[in-house]
Amino acid sequence: MKIHILSIALCAAMSAHIAAADVVDNLLNTYQAAGAKDFSAGNGDDLWHQSHADPEQAGKTRSCVTCHGKDLRAKGKHVRTGKVIDPMAPSVNKERLTDAKFIEKWFKRNCKWVVGRECTPQEKGDLLSYLRKQ
Amino acid sequence: MITIPRILFAVGVSTIILFTQPALADEDDASSGVMPATEKQYTDECGACHFAYPAGLLPARSWEKLLSNLSDHFGENAELGADVAQSLNAYLTKNAADKVRNRLSQRIARSVAHTTPLRITETSFFKREHREVPQRLVKDNPQVQSFSKCQVCHTRAAAGSFSEEEINIPGHGRWD
Repeated sequence: MKIHILSIALCAAMSAHIAAADVVDNLLNTYQAAGAKDFSAGNGDDLWHQSHADPEQAGKTRSCVTCHGKDLRAKGKHVRTGKVIDPMAPSVNKERLTDAKFIEKWFKRNCKWVVGRECTPQEKGDLLSYLRKQ
Repeated sequence: MITIPRILFAVGVSTIILFTQPALADEDDASSGVMPATEKQYTDECGACHFAYPAGLLPARSWEKLLSNLSDHFGENAELGADVAQSLNAYLTKNAADKVRNRLSQRIARSVAHTTPLRITETSFFKREHREVPQRLVKDNPQVQSFSKCQVCHTRAAAGSFSEEEINIPGHGRWD
């Protein structure tokens, strides 16, 4: 009986894990269908840390780190509103990378805020490849 | 045993009634609340970043203007898909200050009859209600910082209640 419960729990845990992986894989497939080449977590790492001139404050820069923080396993804080942002790393935050609509919504908003334009399918795929490993 | 003359007893009782009645029917009690923001889509989408302001705190035309320009939402990009924006627009305008029967909402609507405020803090009603609050308690108070964070001082704001008795200003305490 104990083994049964354990295996059920294990299956449930695994299916949640698989579901999250599916979400990212499906998005990666969509990006490739839109013209992206192979994805690179290393390029995603670079993009994540790349600084862009802040259009509102001369001499200041913006990057993903500005709000998400240096440690992806820790909570971030919105630079302006102070809103606490849950950790980005799926290893500590099981909710991360589990909802395609949520991912696309924030890619759109945040790429425009940081880079000044929407990210390309290649960039989004690289970023997801980097983030999913955290 | 002391007996109270009947007439004095009657006067006493009516005095009690007189002094209790106004408190029960206090205008502040009756008009210090609005319908809380409970619509899940609204609390999910908007409440993810800031206090989910009850719809009844701004007129419908204000909500429409806000939702038509989410890509520049007070300097932040808060873009939503067209379908989500549309359904939030329907919810907010339907329950807006100038559309509901709530007294506090109606007072706000009247205070902005000729303008389209984008911030609740811009309404004459809000300014009037907060004019006695010194800067040191809000803007210069590191635990508050802005009037836009209703729930920090109004402890029951999430329930739509803004009564004075429920105020607790961090680092200061009750508002007397």
